[in-house]
Amino acid sequence: MSGHSTYNPSNGFTRWLDERLPIMRLGHDTAVSYPVPKNLNYWWTFGGILTFMLVAQIITGVVLAMHYVPTTALAFASVEHIMRDVNYGWVLRYTHANGASMFFIAVYIHMFRGLYYGSYKAPREILWILGCLIYLLMMATAFFGYVLPWGQMSFWGATVITNLFGAIPLVGQSVATWLWGGFAIGDPTINRFFSLHYLFPFLIFGVVILHIWALHVTGQNNPAGVEVKNKEQDTVPFTPYATVKDAFGLSVFLIMFAYFVFYAPNSLGDVENYTQANSLKTPLHIVPEWYLLPFYAILRAVPSKLGGVILMFGAIAILFVLPWLDTSKVRSARFRPLYKQFFWLFLVVCLVLGWCGGQMPDNVLFSVGGVDIIVTHLARLLTFYYFFHFIVLFPLLGLIERPKPLPESIAASVLGGKTAAAKA
Amino acid sequence: MKMKMIQKLTLAAAVASLAMATAFLPAGSARASAEGPEMHEVDWSFNGPFGTFDRSQLRRGYKVYKEVCATCHSMQYVHFRNLGEAGGPEFTGPEVKAIAAGYQVQDGPDQAGDMFERPGEGKDPFPSPYANEEAAAASLGAYPPDLSLIAKAREGGPDYIHALLTSYTEAPADMTMPAGGHYNPMFAAGSGVIAMPPPLADGQVDYDDGTPNTLDQMSLDVSAFLMWTAEPKLEVRHRLGFQVLAYLLALAGILFFATRKIWADQH
Repeated sequence: MSGHSTYNPSNGFTRWLDERLPIMRLGHDTAVSYPVPKNLNYWWTFGGILTFMLVAQIITGVVLAMHYVPTTALAFASVEHIMRDVNYGWVLRYTHANGASMFFIAVYIHMFRGLYYGSYKAPREILWILGCLIYLLMMATAFFGYVLPWGQMSFWGATVITNLFGAIPLVGQSVATWLWGGFAIGDPTINRFFSLHYLFPFLIFGVVILHIWALHVTGQNNPAGVEVKNKEQDTVPFTPYATVKDAFGLSVFLIMFAYFVFYAPNSLGDVENYTQANSLKTPLHIVPEWYLLPFYAILRAVPSKLGGVILMFGAIAILFVLPWLDTSKVRSARFRPLYKQFFWLFLVVCLVLGWCGGQMPDNVLFSVGGVDIIVTHLARLLTFYYFFHFIVLFPLLGLIERPKPLPESIAASVLGGKTAAAKA
Repeated sequence: MKMKMIQKLTLAAAVASLAMATAFLPAGSARASAEGPEMHEVDWSFNGPFGTFDRSQLRRGYKVYKEVCATCHSMQYVHFRNLGEAGGPEFTGPEVKAIAAGYQVQDGPDQAGDMFERPGEGKDPFPSPYANEEAAAASLGAYPPDLSLIAKAREGGPDYIHALLTSYTEAPADMTMPAGGHYNPMFAAGSGVIAMPPPLADGQVDYDDGTPNTLDQMSLDVSAFLMWTAEPKLEVRHRLGFQVLAYLLALAGILFFATRKIWADQH
């Protein structure tokens, strides 16, 4: 898609460098001349926002790690030391903690954008799978990170999640012991979680490079979902067009981010995490961070522990095979009248699943003829739909749906009636 | 025809689930409030994006903490020096020294290898009233939580602390109170039974600034003080946040017009 490089070394030094290490050429081809479909909307700015968030998390995280102590006795106190005594430590920590939430908001928008516009379809399967891998690594990183402040919810969240592995037949308990580095969560656990929390962002960084590489091979999908036919008419160079648009999108995103950091820094967290971990005192209600709630709801919806674990991981695993579950040749939901409606239904299902994950499972929603309908019942229904959506609807819709006529080209979709009129 | 029907059905399903979601959300919060009585939302001086602490209130609150709460509750993450720092009660240097010197803290070991007691200094954290949690629990029936972060560790924060301190009342006739228990409907965690006896009563702490020392006023003051101990950087956070947001808004404005101008030839 990128075609031949248009990089032109402008002076002696860059010519000399280009013959030895064409790094300037790489940068030019990636971020300057790279052709971008001209019909991209603002949902496409989240890739850039996510890159920014990853770098922001790494920078704040590296500085926080200079002051943090990964031991059960001192972790909580060291976080308070950061908040109270380290210069601008409170900005770093609130930025890092809320940054995780912002990272997930952006990644969910990015993923749902891909689902809506069919960005996972050929030839972008590898691009999509790499994205799913990043998402999985992000969840692991966030989980490790949430344990580090060693608050009540850190400890009990880690207890619940690591105990899930105990559900594996035969070797479960040994696996849990191996993860803990002992017979319960303790110093070895927090120390290795710290180590992994430091490592994983760099793994993400590596996969992000592959993700961008794959993107630059296939080129971006676009709201019309038709491939670039004529580079001159259908695309614009990345710089300045996409650069300035991404920068504007990012600046608006940062306004929301800054609002949380400075004016509602604890609103996305759990109050329990301001009490130091206590293995003898179980909180009334153990909940993960908001971005993991839908999966937590799926886990609890299944009456069997092993079944719950399988479905929870299955809910993520199924994303990896979406390109082969979808039978529709049409990418964009704009031209898929049926899929479009199920897309919105799926979004609502995910949101309500998340809500279920935050509730006590036995809460009564309503009673029908003396039978109490509780949160678990609703979560079961929604879990069923979650899998039904991918396993049944994805193959089925492509077969029964009659898509709307696709635009001839990206240029035609941008100009709409104007080209048609001009042609006439 | 069939297509239309499927479309209508999915739309109906989507609307129904949305309606369900919105219907349940308030149900959730109603449940939360059913756990304890409604807490009164105080119009704190530190609320809002420009909120700051009221210095006199923090000083009064400190007095309440010192004379009442500190008997049982530790405050281990607050150091004496913090009392003199900007954005807090801002006691003067000599005042901080005098407050610190009023406490005996353990230090050592000295050259003989012995621990010794000395008067507190600015660098010391507030000494805990009990040697450890077990000792406190043994003497009081339950471990009194550390108060440094209590305003961030409870749903409702300072509103909750104020409500808790002012909500002690007679237990309902049909309730059997366990030994050492006190009735406080605001204490949802214990279903209304709290080990802490009513700590404050009208006129209990003498104020030097002429503020009436009612139960409500003392509760307000100590709640504000505990908000400061939990969030000592609140004022600088609000100030910096305003600068950051002003910068970002200006940046977004410039980038908006830059985007419009650059894309003008493409539309």
